[in-house]
Amino acid sequence: MAIKRRDLLKLGGLTLIGTAASAAVGGVYTKPQEALKGSRWALAIDVVKCKENRATCGLKCVEVCHSLHNVPSIPDKKKEIKWIWEEKFEHAFPEHEANHYLNEKLHDTPFLLLCNHCDNPPCVRVCPTKATFKREDGIVMMDYHRCIGCRFCMAACPYGARSFNWIDPRPFIAKVNPEYPSRMKGVVEKCTFCYERIAEGKIPACVEACPAKAIVFGDLKNPNDEINKILKERLAVRRKEELTTYPSVFYLIG
Amino acid sequence: MYNAGKVIVFIVVLIVFFTIPMWLNFGRVEAIPQPELPKDKAKCIESKEYMRAYHMKLLDDWRKQAIRENKHVYVAKDGEKYFINLQKTCMKCHNNKEKFCDSCHNFVVTHPDCWSCHIAPEVAEKWQ
Amino acid sequence: MIEKALTGSKKYWLWLAFLGTLIFIGFLCYLLQWKIGLGITGMSRDVSWGFYIANFTFLVGVAASAVMVVLPYYWHNYKDFGKITVLGEFLAISAVLMCMLFIFVDLGQPNRVLNVLRYPTPNSVFFFDACVLSGYLILNLLCGWTVLHAEYKGTKYPSWLKPFIYLAILWAPSIHIVTAFIYQGIPGRHFWLTAIMAPRFLASAFSAGPALIIILALLLKRVANFDAGQKAIQTLAKIVTYAFVLNLLFFFFEVFTAFYSGIHSHQAPIKYLFTGLKGHAEWVPFMWASYILAFIALILLVIPATRKNETTLAVACLSVFIAAWIDKGIGLITGGYTPTPFETITPYRPTLPEIGIAIGIWALGFFVLTILYKIALGVKEAKELRVKYQGVLIKK
Repeated sequence: MAIKRRDLLKLGGLTLIGTAASAAVGGVYTKPQEALKGSRWALAIDVVKCKENRATCGLKCVEVCHSLHNVPSIPDKKKEIKWIWEEKFEHAFPEHEANHYLNEKLHDTPFLLLCNHCDNPPCVRVCPTKATFKREDGIVMMDYHRCIGCRFCMAACPYGARSFNWIDPRPFIAKVNPEYPSRMKGVVEKCTFCYERIAEGKIPACVEACPAKAIVFGDLKNPNDEINKILKERLAVRRKEELTTYPSVFYLIG
Repeated sequence: MYNAGKVIVFIVVLIVFFTIPMWLNFGRVEAIPQPELPKDKAKCIESKEYMRAYHMKLLDDWRKQAIRENKHVYVAKDGEKYFINLQKTCMKCHNNKEKFCDSCHNFVVTHPDCWSCHIAPEVAEKWQ
Repeated sequence: MIEKALTGSKKYWLWLAFLGTLIFIGFLCYLLQWKIGLGITGMSRDVSWGFYIANFTFLVGVAASAVMVVLPYYWHNYKDFGKITVLGEFLAISAVLMCMLFIFVDLGQPNRVLNVLRYPTPNSVFFFDACVLSGYLILNLLCGWTVLHAEYKGTKYPSWLKPFIYLAILWAPSIHIVTAFIYQGIPGRHFWLTAIMAPRFLASAFSAGPALIIILALLLKRVANFDAGQKAIQTLAKIVTYAFVLNLLFFFFEVFTAFYSGIHSHQAPIKYLFTGLKGHAEWVPFMWASYILAFIALILLVIPATRKNETTLAVACLSVFIAAWIDKGIGLITGGYTPTPFETITPYRPTLPEIGIAIGIWALGFFVLTILYKIALGVKEAKELRVKYQGVLIKK
């Protein structure tokens, strides 16, 4: 039987459509029911409580976060990777350094720094591949599959919240969490507000880990959320307010 | 044609060079890989045929949906729900990457870079 | 036309072999980086861009500066630039090539570089920079090659090329403006957050680029028996002078704003670069070298006698080039990252493999440039011979 050219083309076309159609038939995707629902997740860190308990808490928030997320401990400060860490007042708020009175008051207060999950994030604006992007619930996410390692986001972040994998991080992870990935060399990483725990209905690990309950996690857009009450009652500041990045991490200083 | 001799020799050399893999493996028969399937499970999240043909697309969709769309649950064609997670869902049953993933991937010389970040069960075990 | 690059003197081949060796060394260093990661460089969490991006920024300027010879020739019909336009265009090609390589070696995941095109992101200046740079490369290849090919055939270039030439002229400043936008649109880096960044970039580009063309033209006169013409070089020298004066003025404006406003955070990077800050003075000698060279160049360029003398002009141009390279390369990058967002200082020094890779890329750029110039000069030489021969025939 001779096949005409036209028939062959038709057949080819049909096969293509068939392949495409059968590939498209898979399952569907939904959000987990148990997931926490919010429109703008935020943290309020009570530095007064932090200071009171600092001698005994053992910086559990940092330890738990880093071990849960397989964050390596690289001894070389220059190549260091950190998602949440402790910093002195004058480094966290360098613009207030000249105010001696304030500086004196807060000099011994520990400040926990992490990604601010800004409402107007410069890192997201500059990323050339959308590897870092803002989710609808306000979390500034990292897609490590897509990051090309250009480090434009690190230049853009005014808070120094981002770390780059200058070398393979794996040899520096002493104890591994088998349920979470590590990162590979050549990508930028940072705190993701424990998006993977939020999907399972759990609060971020640092919040849960704090023995003094000094960190509160909540939804700024939900007026009934505890975090809004706390922010109304207490004196709360954010880092580098003048840059109008609108951080989602508040520090309760009074 | 100018320099016909030289040109033809060069073309032959090029053809031989670019077909080296074919010559090197000529006539070599390798056993078709038999990936080790989980013994206590009857089926994967989709049919065997679907998984065989489209697992790479499925995994790619999984990561996009979970990371980028915040949709962490996969509802399979039979209505069963699965939490999207390579290490916690897939590798719970396929608990040996080397015997499952690698057996085929090595055969077809495909090296996806999943495992430069994700941690295979046997790697995690050795780590501690 | 390519055959012109395949025959040459012993010196020509030795020069190519020398560049080839440097490229090879650079490549070996890059293999090391490929294996270990960017950890082999001196960059750090706080200074996350370094020597690579510094060279990239500077070379974008060199690439853009080709417009300074192309524009007068095509727009104002300035005939004296006829012999050197192609030199400008070919310089742009090799400079853009180097830019792309410097970006490439700076990537942590180089095999994912095409993600920039797979997921186009118009809000990222990097995305635009990738677009304008590749566009500029294509335009210059097209214009330079077609015009030269027409010359090779003894005809005038085809008329369809005209719009592309004009487009290339408009395109040139855009590559440097977009590169400046990478820096000046970032909040929280005081040294970069300035509206004068783009004009400053253009001024330094339009001085350093033509300065390099002058140096190259003077070199070609020695080694390749090619005379660009006294008038062309003098016009270029004037362009260098004006642009360089503007460049220095812009720097003065920056210093004025930072110090007269009294804003400490704006002064800190300048202090770090020129006097040292909090016990750190890694780049002070380099910055002073840059500005002393700039001062020497300024004097040599402004005085007509020294501008007209080829030796002093060469010294001036070399000074301009090195001064701009230090200032806009390493000074710009380390100044932007110092002090850190925590008002601390993390010093940066490029490592040997890092420098090796950079030298390899420069060598590759000059390798391409040598071949392109060899072709261009070969074509021009053949044309002159032809003209001479025809003249003899007519006389007979």
